Amino acid sequence: MEIALLADVHGNLEALEACLRHARESGAKRYAFLGDFVGYGADPAEVVTIIARFAVDGALVVKGNHDEAVERRSGYMNESSRHSIAWTRAALSPEAKAFLEGLPLIVHEDAMCFVHASARNPARWDYVDTPATARHSAEAAGSTYTFSGHVHDQSLYFESAGGRWSFFRPIPGSPVPIRAHRRWLAIAGSVGQPRDGRPEAAYALFDTRKEEITFHRVAYDNLAAARKIRDAGLPEAHAYRVEKGI
Amino acid sequence: MPEPPVPGAIIDGFRIGDCIHTGAQAWIYRIVEGVAEFSAVMKVPRFGPGEPAENLISFETEASILPALSGAHVPRVAATGDLAQLPYLVLEWVEGVTLESLLRRGGLPPEEVARLGAAIADAVHAIHQQDAIHFDLKPDNVVVKPDATVALIDFGLAHHMRFPDLLAEEKRFAAGSAPYVSPEQVLGRRSDKRSDIFSLGVILYEMATGKLAFGSPRTLAGLRDRLWLDPIPPREHARGVLPWLQEIVLRCLEPRADDRYQSAAHVAFDLRNPEQVGLTARASKSGRTAFLSQTRRWWRARREQLPLAIETATQARAAPVILVAVDTMHPEDPRQAPLRRVVLQILSVSADFRLICTSVIRAGRVTAGEDAAAGASDLHLEHRIRLRHWAEPLQLPRHRLSLHVIESLRAESALLDFAERNSVDLIVLGAPSPTQHALAWWRSVASGVTANARCSVFVVRIPEL
Repeated sequence: MEIALLADVHGNLEALEACLRHARESGAKRYAFLGDFVGYGADPAEVVTIIARFAVDGALVVKGNHDEAVERRSGYMNESSRHSIAWTRAALSPEAKAFLEGLPLIVHEDAMCFVHASARNPARWDYVDTPATARHSAEAAGSTYTFSGHVHDQSLYFESAGGRWSFFRPIPGSPVPIRAHRRWLAIAGSVGQPRDGRPEAAYALFDTRKEEITFHRVAYDNLAAARKIRDAGLPEAHAYRVEKGI
Repeated sequence: MPEPPVPGAIIDGFRIGDCIHTGAQAWIYRIVEGVAEFSAVMKVPRFGPGEPAENLISFETEASILPALSGAHVPRVAATGDLAQLPYLVLEWVEGVTLESLLRRGGLPPEEVARLGAAIADAVHAIHQQDAIHFDLKPDNVVVKPDATVALIDFGLAHHMRFPDLLAEEKRFAAGSAPYVSPEQVLGRRSDKRSDIFSLGVILYEMATGKLAFGSPRTLAGLRDRLWLDPIPPREHARGVLPWLQEIVLRCLEPRADDRYQSAAHVAFDLRNPEQVGLTARASKSGRTAFLSQTRRWWRARREQLPLAIETATQARAAPVILVAVDTMHPEDPRQAPLRRVVLQILSVSADFRLICTSVIRAGRVTAGEDAAAGASDLHLEHRIRLRHWAEPLQLPRHRLSLHVIESLRAESALLDFAERNSVDLIVLGAPSPTQHALAWWRSVASGVTANARCSVFVVRIPEL
């Protein structure tokens, strides 16, 4: 079965729709949404509505730090993030807020673990951006496969024979065998706000039967998404990021 | 699962026949039922208690990469077993003979080297085009098919550029086969297709001469020689090797990947079009590179090793150490001055070099009796003064030079022990000659030191006067 892994949508409706279409056409049967559905982007309400609908149909959904920030004032966010969160809070319906608030931080299913940041202490939102932090997260998860977001760059970490962990930068569109006898941690990349210099939306597709993961980049109307951010009066930097993928 | 499967057993629908190969890493069985498209074998890795973990990683590597490759130059894959449950690989049995069996009786005629060599280069190019690097090219892994094309087998050390490199952390064994491995692999680098071009060069060299370009080193120091040392030109071994073939072989074997052919397709082209081969100095080389340029390469290679050395060594050395063995028993020997000139030229490469001058004197010559201790000390001092005289013309500052007189009956082991204890990087000593003074110890020492040293050795051959 193919599971679509979608993280860090950040209120970008155009990017989410493009990824969902791509996943469906690629044979996705299940969907996992890995947190940070809101913040930065101009369409948080629409995005949450879509994800809530998928959740009703059995999608796996975990909470991200931006989703949490909607419900409580967060001390560590920077000025523009705070501004964007305040705007988002106003844009969301009580039902949407209740949906976000009710999300779990971490979900285990079969050999898989889904979490927005590190499984070691999900509520602390630690970044998994080195082989060592990947190892911590995977060991805490205790699963063969750990799927997460938070870091916006597509990454694959894996356990070597001596217990050491290694990093691999996936090549979009190339299926990578990830055999179940060793542990893997995959970061799906950001649907709505890629930061690696390419504006295409990022997500990943895991084929449980073939034990293969394919990281995808999907072109979408990022200029329209950027225009909506500007029109909403959100910080210019957020629009610029979506335009350029930086 | 250390137990091998039993012939006749049915595994996931494949009935296995006889075991046709029992290797250190895997068993190979004929498949008698279950694969219709081609004659097939089942490869079952040996792993479990008592078997090295590498077997499984190597198997996993092959099981990941082979299915991603296609074309006539690799075996087709029918199925892979679940690595966590029952690991196996069902793949095409490539009909043909291995290059290893063709080379058992020595080298091949030049036209055969060119024809077959081009076929091997085609196969290498085919996998390179699919983003894979073999990293273990050697005659055992080259199958010459009845139609005279070539298939490559055993992808246990391979790397696919679009897959994570499972072997990246396994530096201990991931290097490859000692005689054929490229300088980059010796340094633990697994990302350059041109490493395969180097191994192809070693294969072509062997096909042309029946000899291994760099021997079969068994130590890391021996392996590292290829970072800077160029091989004896093939024409020195086999007169039938024409300049164009030597040009191709030596170009594949350049220590720096940038100096090699940049594509296996170019190697194939040149082998098929000898008249098109642009000849350089390589084509007419009749001996190894002049010692000064070899020394420069050695120095460059040594710097390349530094990052690795720092990773692995408990204490990184600040500067390389050269040891010169001087025969102070025979200061009148006419070859003392040429040896010194060689040392001077080596030292001129970098001010970071440090020189240790050593002389081994026979402790047994010391007179016995009550004055023995005093006598020994006098003799020791005398040779120390002779060493100082020898080194004086080099005009080295004190911090770059040290003098050591070693008393021993066995010069070879004394030198080697001393070199190892002092982390010497290069030993320089004179080659023996037939007319040499019969008592000169270096007569017997040079070959022993060369064979057994754990570092590089520079044997200076001085023309007869």
